Amino acid sequence: MIRGRDVEKRYGRKRVLRGVDIAVPVGGFAVVTGPNGSGKTTLLRLVAGLATPTRGDLLVDADRSRIGYLAHEPLVYRELTAVENLDLFGRLYRIPERRERIGMLLERFSLWDVRNERVSTYSRGMTQRLALCRTVLHAPDLLILDEPYSALDEDGAALLDRELEALAGRQTVVVATHEPARVEALQSERLALA
Amino acid sequence: MMYLADVVALTRKDLRVELRGRDTLPAMLLFVLSTLVVFHFAIPEDAGDNAAYGLLWVAIVFTALLGLARAWVPEQEHGVLDGLVLAPCDRSAIWLGKALATFVFLLAAQVVALPAFVLFFEPLDATAIAGVLLADVGICAVGSLLSAMAAAGRARELLLPLLFLPLAIPLIVGGVGAAVSEEGGRFLLFLLLYDAVFAVLSWASFEYVVTE
Repeated sequence: MIRGRDVEKRYGRKRVLRGVDIAVPVGGFAVVTGPNGSGKTTLLRLVAGLATPTRGDLLVDADRSRIGYLAHEPLVYRELTAVENLDLFGRLYRIPERRERIGMLLERFSLWDVRNERVSTYSRGMTQRLALCRTVLHAPDLLILDEPYSALDEDGAALLDRELEALAGRQTVVVATHEPARVEALQSERLALA
Repeated sequence: MMYLADVVALTRKDLRVELRGRDTLPAMLLFVLSTLVVFHFAIPEDAGDNAAYGLLWVAIVFTALLGLARAWVPEQEHGVLDGLVLAPCDRSAIWLGKALATFVFLLAAQVVALPAFVLFFEPLDATAIAGVLLADVGICAVGSLLSAMAAAGRARELLLPLLFLPLAIPLIVGGVGAAVSEEGGRFLLFLLLYDAVFAVLSWASFEYVVTE
């Protein structure tokens, strides 16, 4: 569950998020929209616990280990392979039967054939698929996705659609996107930032 | 045990990234070797032992600075630090993993630098080498924390030397003292104390450096 009231974030004198109210129940699917610079990424970083509000109250009822965060950046090492990246995060998240889980995700996100190649050789779309694998690796209860469709081709976007359909209602999801129509059918809450 | 397993996994990752990318170690090796060669030809032969040991420490500190400046670059490139910070491991394990990897790089540079120093300048006894190793521990402990702080800012290249060099002065005093003093053991104890104090401080404060 996420509940925020009058949440504001400033970096120095610059106000990047202004008085936002947010409420997402357990199993809710919140879609955050707004133009560039409206504070979508900042709000998601606050929800993920990577930043703290300058003003207002924000309660996120999820342990750090149960949060999956997909950022603008893929949060993976360029010089490691897909398997090495996922194995590192799998260890840190204490995932039981890590190798099986990693293999299954790489198959599902069509990265199995390139699993032993360095991420630096991947296209932007392949890197985004790997970032999605990393995000769902530990089967989080709260999924925070910042522009998840960016760089994905049609196959990748369709794959993500299916993933989100499967997750909707079971896990709490917060998605910031410029393509709200793609997830309209799943959304239970909508937050439009100005 | 889980903490140690996390540290090992993070250190191994750093070593693997460096072996693949070769961004840091070759630069450190080249720098330390070329510095010693330049010093060999630049200082007069009658300059004395103390001057030579001082120059060794100039080379060591700036070589370490070179490695520390790049220590968090792989984490910055794809925003990986956010991913590590979100992981449920103890955040100090991230610092310890980085400090250990930096220690390995510094040792590798010194495997080349110390024989070169002996070849060009003066012999090194066991106390002097112990001084170098103890100073390495302090450099990596403090340096890994400060380079994480500097990496968060915009002027990383400027900020790191400003933060690191004042804190490295006691290490240079201890290292040179261990090499030239007749009471080298006292300087080793001083370095040991510095390492213990600053390792604990860095370990405890890293979490506050990487979180808001």
